[in-house]
Amino acid sequence: MSDVIFGRLRALLGTTGVERDSQGLPRAAPDSPDALSLVCRLAHEEGWKIRVEGRATWLPSDAPADLVVSTRGMEEVVSVSPADLVATVQAGAPLEVLRRRLADNGMWLALDPPGRPERSIGSVVATATAGPLRHGFGPVRDHVLGCSVATGDGRLVNAGGRVVKNVAGYDLTKLQVGGFGGFGIIAEVHLRLRALPRADVTLLARGARDALTSGARDVVAADLLPATLELLSPALAAEPDWVLATRFVGTETAVQADVRRLSSSADLSWQQLPADRTAAFWSTVARGTLGGPVTLRLGVLSDGLDEAIDLLAHDLDEGLVSAGAGQGMIRWTGDAPLERLRGLRRAAASREIPMTLERAPWVIRRALGHFGAYREGVGKIVGRLRGTFDPGQCLNVALEGADNG
Amino acid sequence: MNQSLLASLSRIVGRQWVRHRRAELATYAMDGLPTHESTPGVVVMPSNPEQVREIVRLLHLVGVPFVARGAGTGLSGGALADSDAVLIGLTRMNRILEVDPVHRRAVVQPGVVNARLSDAVLPLGLYYVPDPSSQAACTVGGNVAENAGGPHCLKYGVTTNHIVALEVVLPDGSTARLGSDQGEPWGPDLVGLFVGSEGMFGIATQITVRLERIPESVRTMLADFSTVRAASEAVSAIIAAGIVPAALEMMDRACVAAVEASIYAAGYPTDAAAVLLVELDGQTDAVEAEAGVVLQILRGCGARDVRSASTPDDRARLWQGRKKAFGAMGRIAPDLAVQDAVVPRSVLPAIMDQIEGIRRHYDLTISNVFHAGDGNLHPNISFDRRDPAVAARVRAACRDIMAACVAVGGSITGEHGVGNDKLDYMPWIFDSETLAAMRAVRRAFDPAELANPGKVVPVHACREWTAVRSTRQ
Repeated sequence: MSDVIFGRLRALLGTTGVERDSQGLPRAAPDSPDALSLVCRLAHEEGWKIRVEGRATWLPSDAPADLVVSTRGMEEVVSVSPADLVATVQAGAPLEVLRRRLADNGMWLALDPPGRPERSIGSVVATATAGPLRHGFGPVRDHVLGCSVATGDGRLVNAGGRVVKNVAGYDLTKLQVGGFGGFGIIAEVHLRLRALPRADVTLLARGARDALTSGARDVVAADLLPATLELLSPALAAEPDWVLATRFVGTETAVQADVRRLSSSADLSWQQLPADRTAAFWSTVARGTLGGPVTLRLGVLSDGLDEAIDLLAHDLDEGLVSAGAGQGMIRWTGDAPLERLRGLRRAAASREIPMTLERAPWVIRRALGHFGAYREGVGKIVGRLRGTFDPGQCLNVALEGADNG
Repeated sequence: MNQSLLASLSRIVGRQWVRHRRAELATYAMDGLPTHESTPGVVVMPSNPEQVREIVRLLHLVGVPFVARGAGTGLSGGALADSDAVLIGLTRMNRILEVDPVHRRAVVQPGVVNARLSDAVLPLGLYYVPDPSSQAACTVGGNVAENAGGPHCLKYGVTTNHIVALEVVLPDGSTARLGSDQGEPWGPDLVGLFVGSEGMFGIATQITVRLERIPESVRTMLADFSTVRAASEAVSAIIAAGIVPAALEMMDRACVAAVEASIYAAGYPTDAAAVLLVELDGQTDAVEAEAGVVLQILRGCGARDVRSASTPDDRARLWQGRKKAFGAMGRIAPDLAVQDAVVPRSVLPAIMDQIEGIRRHYDLTISNVFHAGDGNLHPNISFDRRDPAVAARVRAACRDIMAACVAVGGSITGEHGVGNDKLDYMPWIFDSETLAAMRAVRRAFDPAELANPGKVVPVHACREWTAVRSTRQ
């Protein structure tokens, strides 16, 4: 079977677009949205199961499938417009390549997702994994103006547009951001950018967790608007204590004003990171999230942060924690057996805390699902949407998981 | 509308809240756009979510389409219903159910007036950001349906960025709870999908919004320019400097003339080709620092004069003309076609030239007042719809303006929605496959297509998609 699929794919894409992955599965890496669409259509017609893959740096490549469809062949930064602060990028483009290209043009994508620098932009969008910059610049959805998506049956849908304000038609882009590939494979994204900040300063406060969360509340109350206000566990920050990391970006004078204000706003001792260590610090935090096989996020309200982190420590372990002290989103990475994760999701749900499984081995994803149980009335809508975007159920994505039917 | 349905609706809401006489229905025959008119078969006005559920369940059972309507201030014909449809007026559901100052959230019913929400939370030092020009009348429910914007959405985002959770009555009468107070969804981002769906996915009966702290300091600057091009260049230069103002608004000469000739005169220079309003907010030191940079940019781009204000009264004076621009245009002619399109910011000067060319070609009065920071244009055509020839020229001019915006990579609407006004333009920016996907998504919420039929997606232009088969419920 595998040889047949391999041959059919090569007939479709040519020899360079198809190889075998480390497990011997045929891996198609189409080089354009149209080619991606053709691969999906073929899989749909033949009833083949697809494992969706970016550059294979985030989700483990372990979903059972007949073939892998990777976006790594689509890595072009199609266009950048410094005057309009928008870019169109193919889904497989590595983040670090995109960042360099944007910086060369005086632009900046205000997203600092967890993971490796070569992670694909498509992966970030599909999993909606925002990093600490979420505090100042919002979740991933706020940065995506539109996208092209190949559905499970090979239709190409072009959602949204390239302008920064747009309400024409339904906002199909929102379904794809954080849809984990369950509603199609993202081929191309249109991104909202910002001017490269003239000043970029990071300050750290160290200490006991509750003192830092209290200090973070003071920062919020003082009307300061840092780009990040992130609480990092000792293991993630590679420090003996918990760390509260604030980052200010903007014009030189405005950042200086913010920094002056910060020192008087909370009863914390702030230490400014030397400019040449700032990038390395945030890169360590981003990469640190890969320090265990499971990453999950909890959506909590800001004053529930301590309780939710206690819950994590009790049900799993303190692990590698990165928490938005102002916004409330908590990301945990570590190693935990299925039963404990299942227990955590139950405990979180009983406290009205949504838990999204961001990455985990297939056995856990399959059982728990990325999302778990839906709220009232949502399951039937999601079921119909999946039926719409993947009528043949070719995309092997565990949105709900076996636990949830 | 048949008597048995009227009786059933009356049983749900009480007879006085069912309107079916011709004179009563005339009130609902238009929204804020004077170019479209349609009289609903009946209007029913529920007072609580349970009544909405009962009404929708009944209509689903008998297969009668319905249209949800807030204050009727929409500008795309989206809240108009045909004579075979029931219009569900939501203005009685106007309670602010909960305000949580700690987490900066409010839970409101759909009929709450936008400005009233901000007024209610003002004593707590909070406000609701999206501020469409109609905010004194429009409802939060309508804002959700249209994904409404406003001048202050440049920095803080449009409605979709301020809604965290929704309780929704689906078109079959069942309930769905979307999103969470935290803003993290319990699944795919259905709140994001629902906001801006123009009443075609169901009716939001409870809306949880994000509130923001009133900024410590606000500085408003008004600059006037000899050319629209120079003002547009100033807009781009401010953004390129890494400054994102709370608002960045432009008015052209015709708009300024209309304002200054009205009771809303704000002292704008009538000889200027364009006037730019820049508002910065945040903590005091940072605002002052950025104001200095903006001032330099404005002067560097050729501003003839820059006025600056930081007290609420002085700022209100500078804003008065902008806020009341649409009212001022009402003096020019009996009707005003408020158009809405978006272009990449970099082409603002060129597109303004084109709009001027279209104005001359059709011999119309067009005033431009728009959100320059995000390229969201509002060419407003003053006319008298009683003159069919003029009305035809207005329609043709609107079409040409849209075509010009689309040709430079823009969109047919930035904040007013498609409704029935812009159905014909949808195939200009979306291919048949994408339109079909939209229709299929609508069917996921509303398989019978009873909610606000005939809007947003031109069905004739959709490629056929396989009927939705829910195999994974």
